[in-house]
Amino acid sequence: MTRIALATAIVALTSGLAAAQDVVRLGTEGAYPPFNLINDQGEVAGYERDVGDELCKRAELTCEWVTNDWDSIIPNLQSGNYDVIIAGMSITDERKEVIDFSQEYYPAVPSVYVAASADADIKGGVVAAQTSTIQSAHVAESGATLLEFATPDETVAAVRNGEAVAVFADRDFLAPIVAESNGALIMVGEPVSIGGGVGLGLRKSDAELKGKLDAAITSMKEDGTLNTLIEKHFGPEGVKF
Amino acid sequence: MFASCADPKSLEGLTWLLCYLTSGKHLDFYWSFLTVLLLLAITAPVALAMGFGGAMAARSAFLPLRLIGKGYTSMVRGVPDIVFFLFFVIALDQAIEWSVHQIRCPDWTEPIRNGLEFRVCPQAKVPLSSSAQIWHQAYGFALAIFTFAIVFGAFAANVLYGAMNAVPRPQLETGEAYGMSQGQVFRRILLPQMWVYALPGLSNLWMILIKATPLLFLLGVKDIVYWARELGGSKTQAYEYPHPDWRLWYFLGLLVFYLLFTRLSELVLGRIGARLSRGQATAAGEAMRKAGA
Repeated sequence: MTRIALATAIVALTSGLAAAQDVVRLGTEGAYPPFNLINDQGEVAGYERDVGDELCKRAELTCEWVTNDWDSIIPNLQSGNYDVIIAGMSITDERKEVIDFSQEYYPAVPSVYVAASADADIKGGVVAAQTSTIQSAHVAESGATLLEFATPDETVAAVRNGEAVAVFADRDFLAPIVAESNGALIMVGEPVSIGGGVGLGLRKSDAELKGKLDAAITSMKEDGTLNTLIEKHFGPEGVKF
Repeated sequence: MFASCADPKSLEGLTWLLCYLTSGKHLDFYWSFLTVLLLLAITAPVALAMGFGGAMAARSAFLPLRLIGKGYTSMVRGVPDIVFFLFFVIALDQAIEWSVHQIRCPDWTEPIRNGLEFRVCPQAKVPLSSSAQIWHQAYGFALAIFTFAIVFGAFAANVLYGAMNAVPRPQLETGEAYGMSQGQVFRRILLPQMWVYALPGLSNLWMILIKATPLLFLLGVKDIVYWARELGGSKTQAYEYPHPDWRLWYFLGLLVFYLLFTRLSELVLGRIGARLSRGQATAAGEAMRKAGA
């Protein structure tokens, strides 16, 4: 009897080990609607949730969602806390030096300034941006005073309470906020095109996983599923492939 | 949670608020209070035990042990907490995975350290990437407790070390004169008397520990401050319950929680202090004796 129990335990344990390779952990921020957010049920939701689930289905992977704050999202990928970053991360040469990117699953979209008044000084005033983003790098070079925050939400709050004259972020993140502000916030200046499209971040040593996900993204682009999802989350103005 | 909350956007007033406050995300928020209390309940005794060990080691007559005890207290007390919480936890996590890797994957040929990457074989991940999310959380929580216990244990060790030295020498000599061994003097005379000297320092540590719990988020545990920030941030129509920036209210709630909790702690610590001073050769003990007489 004991021997049977032991054998069962060993089988269960080793089959668990075999399955270990097939679970892919997806790391996201959960604070960047409509890309990713924690919905009111406390689960990860948004465009990237739908894309990620579909990619895993097509690549025949079992996926698990985890959240991690933006600041340490790359170090935690490298130390293996999760296997993929899916967090609205633009593909840049600087990031490519430390991690690999899949092909883009969301096209490059310009970034915009949002301020409380039309005459806000976006060239020389205090401009808020999220830490370690392409936008914060751009503000630092633009001559304006950069005010960094850990979460995207705080950058907008800084404009509302007058700490900063404007916030600089992805248009897709700011557009719904401006639309729902009843005129309190407006877009100022010209949209700026910086960075490439949005891709999945992977460890450089994970070439096999990258191949599978790239193939899945290609198939989603070809049959139009990706465009349908963009329309669902970003509205008719969403930039499609 | 309630059936009437199925369509939040059609609700108004109190019903809306009731549904909002019972959403799944809020229930996570309420659970996180328990997480914090559980952390305190486990960390405090573990830190006290580590402090006791550290103090005993620092007092030891055996030189290497004394060096370990003193080294532990001065090193940990000298390192900024935030460095400890950012660096030590990652190092500990990687040390655990590295050790498991050596046992489970002796034939692994690829390098573990590859540039900035740290990559052990999949079987050596702790916990396995196939484990349920709850195990990942439990592992993070255990690392958090261990880190808190090491940091606060070092401070507690110093407090206890001082308290042990504060017990009047004549008390110990009396014990020796009765023919007690060193161990008996320690257990019967030093130990019962030192707590009254240690209490002010330990109560400070307890208060600081309560207020240090938001550091949990650095360790990947979602604590009450994380949820308050997440829930309070302004929400667009992408969410079921859109609302403006309500962080002020959430943080006020946390303020009340922390104030009530520290006040309660003060009351309890006050009673313990009174209990410990009874019959002691200290000013407080003497005052109690006169009041009673």
